[in-house]
Amino acid sequence: MSDKKPLSDVERIKTESRQLRGTLSDSLVDRLTGAIAADDTQLSKFHGIYQQDDRDLRAERRKQMLEPAFSFMIRARIPGGRMTPDQWLAFDAIGREYANDSVRVTTRQAIQFHGVIKRELKTTMQAINASLLDTLAACGDVNRNVMAPANPALSPVHDAVQAAAKSLSDHLCPRTGAYHEVWLDGEKLDVGGEEVEPIYGKTYLPRKFKTGFVIPPDNDVDVYSQDLGFVAVVEDDQLAGFNVLVGGGMGMSHGEPATYPRLASTIGFCKPNAVNAVAEAVVTTQRDFGDRTNRKHARLKYTIDTHGVDWFRDQVNERLPTPLAPPRDVLFTHTGDRYGWHQSRDGSWNHTFFIENGRIRDTEDRALMTAFRTLAEQGIGEFILTPNQNVILAGLTDAERDAADALIEQYKLGSDSVSALRGASIACVGFPTCGLAMAESERYMPELVTHVDALLAKHGIADVPIVARMTGCPNGCARPYLAEIGLVGKAPGRYNLLLGAAFNGERMNRLYRENIDEAEILATLDALLGDFARERAAAEHFGDFLIRTGVIAYVGASDNFHVAAA
Amino acid sequence: MSTPASKIPPALPLATEQLDALTALGKSMRPEALLWSSGYLAGLAAATGSAVTAPDAPAATQTESDAQLTILYGSQTGNGQRLAEELAVQAAQRSVSARIVNMADYRAQEIKKETAVALIVSTHGEGDPPDDAEALYEYLHSDRAPKLASLNYTVLALGDSSYAQFCQTGIDFDERLAELGASRLHNRVDCDTDYAAAAEAWADATLTAANEHLGASSVRSVPTLHAVQSARYTAEHPLAAEVIVNQKITGRASTKDVRHVEFDLSGSGLEYQPGDALGVVVANPPVLVDEFCDVLSLDRDIDVDGTSLATLLSERFEITVASRAFVERYAELAGSDGLKALLADDAREQLVAYIADRQIIDIVREHPSSPDAARFVECLRPLKPRLYSIASSPLVSEDEVAVTVAAVRYEAFGRPHWGAASTHLADRTDVGDVLSVYVEANPRFRLPEDPAAAVIMIGPGTGVAPFRAFLEHRDATGASGKNWLFFGDRNSREDFLYQLDWARYRKRGLLTNMDVAFSRDQADKVYVQDRLREHAAELFAWLEEGAHIYVCGDASQMAPDVHEALLDVIAAGLGKGRDAAEDYLKTLRRAGRYQRDVY
Ligand code: SRM
Ligand SMILES: Cc1cc2nc3c(=O)[nH]c(=O)nc-3n(C[C@H](O)[C@H](O)[C@H](O)COP(=O)(O)OP(=O)(O)OC[C@H]3O[C@@H](n4cnc5c(N)ncnc54)[C@H](O)[C@@H]3O)c2cc1C
Ligand SMILES: Cc1cc2nc3c(=O)[nH]c(=O)nc-3n(C[C@H](O)[C@H](O)[C@H](O)COP(=O)(O)O)c2cc1C
Ligand code: SF4
Repeated sequence: MSDKKPLSDVERIKTESRQLRGTLSDSLVDRLTGAIAADDTQLSKFHGIYQQDDRDLRAERRKQMLEPAFSFMIRARIPGGRMTPDQWLAFDAIGREYANDSVRVTTRQAIQFHGVIKRELKTTMQAINASLLDTLAACGDVNRNVMAPANPALSPVHDAVQAAAKSLSDHLCPRTGAYHEVWLDGEKLDVGGEEVEPIYGKTYLPRKFKTGFVIPPDNDVDVYSQDLGFVAVVEDDQLAGFNVLVGGGMGMSHGEPATYPRLASTIGFCKPNAVNAVAEAVVTTQRDFGDRTNRKHARLKYTIDTHGVDWFRDQVNERLPTPLAPPRDVLFTHTGDRYGWHQSRDGSWNHTFFIENGRIRDTEDRALMTAFRTLAEQGIGEFILTPNQNVILAGLTDAERDAADALIEQYKLGSDSVSALRGASIACVGFPTCGLAMAESERYMPELVTHVDALLAKHGIADVPIVARMTGCPNGCARPYLAEIGLVGKAPGRYNLLLGAAFNGERMNRLYRENIDEAEILATLDALLGDFARERAAAEHFGDFLIRTGVIAYVGASDNFHVAAA
Repeated sequence: MSTPASKIPPALPLATEQLDALTALGKSMRPEALLWSSGYLAGLAAATGSAVTAPDAPAATQTESDAQLTILYGSQTGNGQRLAEELAVQAAQRSVSARIVNMADYRAQEIKKETAVALIVSTHGEGDPPDDAEALYEYLHSDRAPKLASLNYTVLALGDSSYAQFCQTGIDFDERLAELGASRLHNRVDCDTDYAAAAEAWADATLTAANEHLGASSVRSVPTLHAVQSARYTAEHPLAAEVIVNQKITGRASTKDVRHVEFDLSGSGLEYQPGDALGVVVANPPVLVDEFCDVLSLDRDIDVDGTSLATLLSERFEITVASRAFVERYAELAGSDGLKALLADDAREQLVAYIADRQIIDIVREHPSSPDAARFVECLRPLKPRLYSIASSPLVSEDEVAVTVAAVRYEAFGRPHWGAASTHLADRTDVGDVLSVYVEANPRFRLPEDPAAAVIMIGPGTGVAPFRAFLEHRDATGASGKNWLFFGDRNSREDFLYQLDWARYRKRGLLTNMDVAFSRDQADKVYVQDRLREHAAELFAWLEEGAHIYVCGDASQMAPDVHEALLDVIAAGLGKGRDAAEDYLKTLRRAGRYQRDVY
């Protein structure tokens, strides 16, 4: 451990925060600014709130001698992405009343609101709370929204796994009363009064922490990208237990080789009833050994690489009544969603809707937000947000399915017209709200996909699904390093092009071209897709093809991501 | 500031031969020349470091007993003062024994002793007396006012006939003095903004009458030097200054267009102080000029004694602000009975409302005529420069001066309307353009002399402009006094004028307190006066510690509302009634601790 180095400043803020209270309440009533105090911007994250500003207006407002156009992004915590129709209606209303007339489905099955202004923040938080969902620990140095397989039709153990995810989410939720105190006018903690965070302790974790459950062969949650992954092992339709994966993560920084995306390592197997204990053991190990001096080296993946996987397994086992068993074999086939209607074994129907980059809003050509509101107003079934930023309406009877079909028809919600590429693609938020964006993402990806679709059509492979993912910076919010075509923003209009990841999320891609613009992106892809079309083996995926043909050098799963392509 | 009459030194600070020389010189000069040289001398005095505490009325001291003409003036923006000084000069030339006194420095009770008074007073706010005239005005209108049977007087009322209460203060003085038994030397003259000729005639009549009344006096009377601005640039002789910044400072979604405009002063020697206003010479909107030519079916190139109509309408005459004067003249020209009806005495109210809602073009459209160009132009008043509170401190930006301009644009009678000056600056002025400017000194809006004194600044909208200058100045001079700023506007995100400056000053501790009221941020409208009431206790504490209050901005709504709020705050603080509060505030005003610059 690196005790010598000074703690990162966020550690000070957490320590002084009286369990995440800080001066948030004062910040909210300061009329002289649309922002909150600097330290509070760190604490608000634990409450699910990020201070942002409209980056399209930054330069202009500086000239106008006005502060940046501050607003807040609020992220709800929605384990496994489950929402009732009523909750959907509540969120729809909040999105229109307090946010920028939209709701945003995230890559972790949650919903984000953008553009909430400070003086409406509290009201918005109370509206969210009234819907019986909350935003506590949606962000911050704690366990984030727990992911779980989206589509109920794909597995008999679906409900059991969802239950496990929900239970774990509750188990790892912070206990502080700050959330109620600040947002819900809950009674104040008497000064000097100390609250105990049984699992996290006074200063929580060194960094964000992410957990995901998955049921093979679908890898929709990208389990290898999670700090902590539980891979369901199913034996004759029963949930036998989970393989335990640790140390996955996507984020890195340009030009800092010490930072890198990493696939999670499998360290064993546990019974379903041991999930919470195992998670607690992993979390507390990271709490005690994670690097609190350097935020860029604080994620679990670095803790593990610092001490070694075996050391880590021992640490976890020490904290468990019964140590982990050896992992079972699992097989993944793909990471994407399956659009349209599917029937579960219990006979109920669900429909997966394609939502481009998770953005739900009404536009001239498509009243998407209205469409989902109308669906929700039917009060039928359950809404499930997918890790690919899509939405599933699940649990419908035959009659309800017909009702839904009528609306799908009316609002053109079908995904038949969506190309294979578009359907398998996602992009992060990026500009104008994301403070870290270096290039456009959500606003640009649709256009780029159209261009690439044209190339695919030209080469006669328009129907081959290819996973393409774009992010506006290397933090990896759309898990771009697990995309067959990864585009990572470097500067306005310029991206790193990464190629060769596995279609099923088991292999990361590699940097192929650096800092290139649209023309070069398309020219590069045109050539490679041409080869692919000509030399493709039966049912071969684009990523696998690039490895087989040596365009991308691949030297095993745990190699250094930064070893450049041959 | 001026020197109270009580502080007048017993004797002239001049040797007799100097005085003779000066008087001779004085006689040989035209009034403008005299004024200029008086300014020049004042400048000299200032330059040589000796403060210009020249006597208000040197001659007065010697002739206190003798019958003499007292020139009493109450002036806010200097016009009346200049006219009073010219009158004093002419009196000297015509050997009429006279003294000139600013009403602010006049002991009200003295009026009993006067035999002849020439009273020059302007009207401000909404028909209110200038600050300096207030004490005398109230005294005369109170029941303590003495009988003035032995007083002979005449009034020159300065005003602007675009205001509802044209020359009201002058009228009040005139009528009240008559009520108190005084008799008129000759009749009151009401001046519009083009007052030069009328004022000169009045002055002449006054001196003639005074002469008869007092008899020529042997006593030399020298025009006062006091407070004549040593300004090198005036409305008549402005500085050609280059615009170096013209920046919109309201946000994209704002309902307002407010500009921060900076002029380059380098090398000009133009001097100003925080609290002063910048006069800007402007031209009317070209589209409006065309509209006039259309509506009047006049060719824009018609020659009116040497100048084209278009040029006259764009550069020489007011074609936006309607006024009583215009209605009177145009009613005749257009032979409009409708307008004439409005001019009847019993229609005063209607006329006021009519003028308030309209620009000249609206009146002409409603009462069309196809007059001769020259005759139409005669209906108009000369285009006068517009004043803008200076928003910068010379200590911070030596070679620049900044103003804050709200563009006046609105729809009425189904057509777009424009303000002449504000849109000239906002729409028709680019960086690099050169405009004529001058400083309109405002000695009645000054930071406390004591740097340790606390300052309370109330300036919603563009009213905040001078307070940016105040704070820059206090920052630069390291003044230790506390500063409290009240600002308000419509929307905090779009209309928070100079937000980054305030944030910086707040961080640095210069801005001790700042409170804001944004009327459209929430359902119920909130204004600065509400914030004043919210902080009543602390505000009163500041006042008790000797804080100075400054109010700048809208005269019609804000200033009265803020005044009311201050009365509430003080009444609460005193635990007494409204009368006590009014006295308290009055004392503050007299002490120069409650200063207003409202428009
Ligand atoms: C909304 C979302 C992207 C989306 O298009 O859906 C998102 C958006 C943001 N992420 Fe993320 N991240 C989102 C999933 C991810 C993922 C994917 C995942 O978790 O499966 C990753 C990669 C996995 C990982 O954590 O390594 C991810 C890695 C990051 C990082 C890099 C973390 C690291 O340790 O390397 C940052 C920056 C940081 O934390 O310093 C970040 C920071 C951010 C912030 C909050 C920017 C900031 O810190 O100011 C972005 C807000 C943008 C905006 O305006 O909304 N986000 N972020 C996803 C919300 C998920 C959720 O509901 O919780
Ligand atoms: C001492 C002093 C300081 C000042 N400081 C500032 C300052 O710092 N910033 C600033 O912006 N101004 C300031 N002003 C006001 C400024 O001088 C001008 O009066 C203002 O800019 C309007 O002038 P204008 O030529 O644009 O409009 P004008 O050509 O004078 O036309 C205005 C005409 O439009 C009418 N009008 C305006 N708005 C409406 C409406 N909404 N509905 C109907 N009729 C309307 C008016 O009645 C008037 O007839 C100050 C004034 C004074 C006396
Ligand atoms: C803010 C402001 C308000 C005014 N209000 C009135 C008014 O109500 N009635 C009027 O006749 N003139 C009004 N005027 C016009 C002045 O009386 C006129 O400009 C006069 O020449 C000023 O003389 P002074 O410089 O001696 O004060 C106002 C002028 C200003 C700047
Ligand atoms: S990847 Fe970067 S740009 Fe995109 S949302 Fe995440 S932090 Fe913002």
